[in-house]
Amino acid sequence: MHLSAHSHYQAELDAGRFCIQHCPQCQRHVFTPRELCPHCGASGLRWVRAGGLGTVYSTSTIARKVDAGGNYNVALIDLDEGVRMMSRVEGVAPEAVAMGQRVQAHVAHKDGRGLVLFTPVREGGAP
Amino acid sequence: MSRVPSSHLDAAAVNRPLRGRVAIAGAATYGCGESPGMDDMTLLVRAAQAAVADAGLTMQDIDGLATCSVNASMWTMPVIEHLGINPTYVDGTMIGGSSFIAHLLPAMRALEAGQCKAVLVCYGSAQRSASFGRKESVAARRFMDPQPYETPYEPVLPVTAYALAAARHMHEFGTTRTQLAEVAVAARAWAQMNPEAFMRDPLTIEDVLSARPIASPLTVRDCCLVTDGGGAIVLTRADRARDLPKPPVYVLGNATAIWNRQISCMPDLTTTAAAQSGAQAFAMAGLRAADMDMAQVYDAFTINTLLFLEDLGFCAKGEGGAFVQGGGIAPGGRLAVNTNGGGLSCVHPGMYGIFALIEAVRQLRGEAGTRQLGHHRTAVVHGNGGTLSSQSTAVLGTAEAL
Ligand SMILES: [Zn+2]
Repeated sequence: MHLSAHSHYQAELDAGRFCIQHCPQCQRHVFTPRELCPHCGASGLRWVRAGGLGTVYSTSTIARKVDAGGNYNVALIDLDEGVRMMSRVEGVAPEAVAMGQRVQAHVAHKDGRGLVLFTPVREGGAP
Repeated sequence: MSRVPSSHLDAAAVNRPLRGRVAIAGAATYGCGESPGMDDMTLLVRAAQAAVADAGLTMQDIDGLATCSVNASMWTMPVIEHLGINPTYVDGTMIGGSSFIAHLLPAMRALEAGQCKAVLVCYGSAQRSASFGRKESVAARRFMDPQPYETPYEPVLPVTAYALAAARHMHEFGTTRTQLAEVAVAARAWAQMNPEAFMRDPLTIEDVLSARPIASPLTVRDCCLVTDGGGAIVLTRADRARDLPKPPVYVLGNATAIWNRQISCMPDLTTTAAAQSGAQAFAMAGLRAADMDMAQVYDAFTINTLLFLEDLGFCAKGEGGAFVQGGGIAPGGRLAVNTNGGGLSCVHPGMYGIFALIEAVRQLRGEAGTRQLGHHRTAVVHGNGGTLSSQSTAVLGTAEAL
C-alpha cells in the first residue's frame, strides 16, 4: 500500500516521531509533505527524522475568551533543515514568543493524533 | 528560508498587443452593506442587470461570462441559468478575492479573438445577512479543502495569516502599529465621502489601537468588514466601447501570480506575488507606479495596503509604513488609495476584487461625487486572494492614457 505523503507524516507523528522529507536529487529538505520535490521536480522523496531545532520566523497571539481557554500562540517556525512550518510555542506566555527565538520541537498528542509543538530553548543552548 | 519565485514571462512582449484593445463599458454595484432577505444570486443578478444597462446593452448582448463564488464550486451554471444567456466564453476561475481582476486578461484574449463580443464579470454575496454565513462556510471548507498542516494549530483564518505577516513586517522594517492604523483611518476618511460605504463614523488612530484585539498585532479595526453586496462590469472590444454611452475605461495591463496557498508556505511574508503580477501588468501597460493617479488595492487587513504599495512599486520594500504616515494615503495625501473606503470601511462581501475595479471605473469616468479626484487618467487595481496567496494587478486608463 502506498500511503499519501500526509498519511505517512501523520502516522509517524501518531507514533511519536517528527519526520520531514528529503530530496535525494537536489539534497534539500521538503515541508509540507508532498509527492514531488518543489525545488527540482524529482519524486522519491525520503522520510528523515527532523532535528527539531528551529527559529521563530513570525508569531501572533490569538485573542480567545478566558472561559474558552484564553489567548494562545500561533507561530511560523524555520527548522534548521531549511523548511518552515506553522506550529505553536508553548511553555511561555503567548505574547512572550519572539521572532528570532530558538525553539525545540516535541511531539504532543491531541485527541489521539500526534502534533508537533515547540518550547523555547533556554539560554546556553540546552533545551 | 525559501527563495521568492521569479517568472520568465516577458509580459511587455507577450501581452502588449492586447494593451488598450478592450475596455470596461459598464459597471455597477447593488445592495452594498446590509441587504436582509437577499441571497448571493439576487445581489449578483441585480448588479449584472445594472452594469449591462450602464453599458447601453441588453442581457441578450452578453455572450461571455466570468464569475465565481465562495460557496458554490460550479457557480457559472446557476448564473447562466438565472441570467438566461448562452455564452460562448465562460470563465469560472476561483482564486479568492483577486478572481475578478484575474478574469480580465483571458476575457481580453477571447474578445480579441472574436470568441465573444461582451463579457460580463459579476459577483454577489449576502455574506452578512445569509443564514449560511462565513462561520458555516469556513467549517465546511475544512472538510472540502483541507489545510492539514495549519488547522491543528487553530489559526483563525484568514486574520492570523495576515497578523503573522504584519508582525514580521514590523520586526524587519520597524513598521509601527500607528502606521498600520493610518491605513484604516485613511480608508475611513475616504468612506466618509462615499454614500455607499458601510462604515462612515469618524475613526482615529487611537480608536484603531484600542479596539478589540483579534490576532496580535491586529485589532478588529485592522480587519475588513463583513457586508453584503453585488458588483459587475461589462467588457467589450475598445472599438465597440467607443460607440457605447459611457466613456470607455481601457484595460492597459493585467497579470496574475500565485506562489502559495497556505501562509506557512509563503516564501517570504513581507514580499507577496504582487511584486510579480504588478511588474508584469505595468510592463504590459508600458507604465510605472509613478504614472498612476490612484491605487485601488485589496485591503482585507491594514497590512495588505502596506505590502501592496511596496510590491507594486509606490515605495521601496519596508517603506510602506512611512509612505502612509501622516495621512499619506488619506484624502489630500501623496497618493489616493482606496477612494471608496476599501474593504476596511466601504464593502467586503467575502471577495472584494470586483469593487476595487468598479471604484477605479467610477473615478476614471469622473463619476465619484464628492470624493472625485482632480487627476483621473490612470489607475492601478490590485486584488488579493486566500491568505496572501493569489495576486492580480490591472492597470486601467482613460482615452488620454492610451
Ligand atoms: Zn529536489
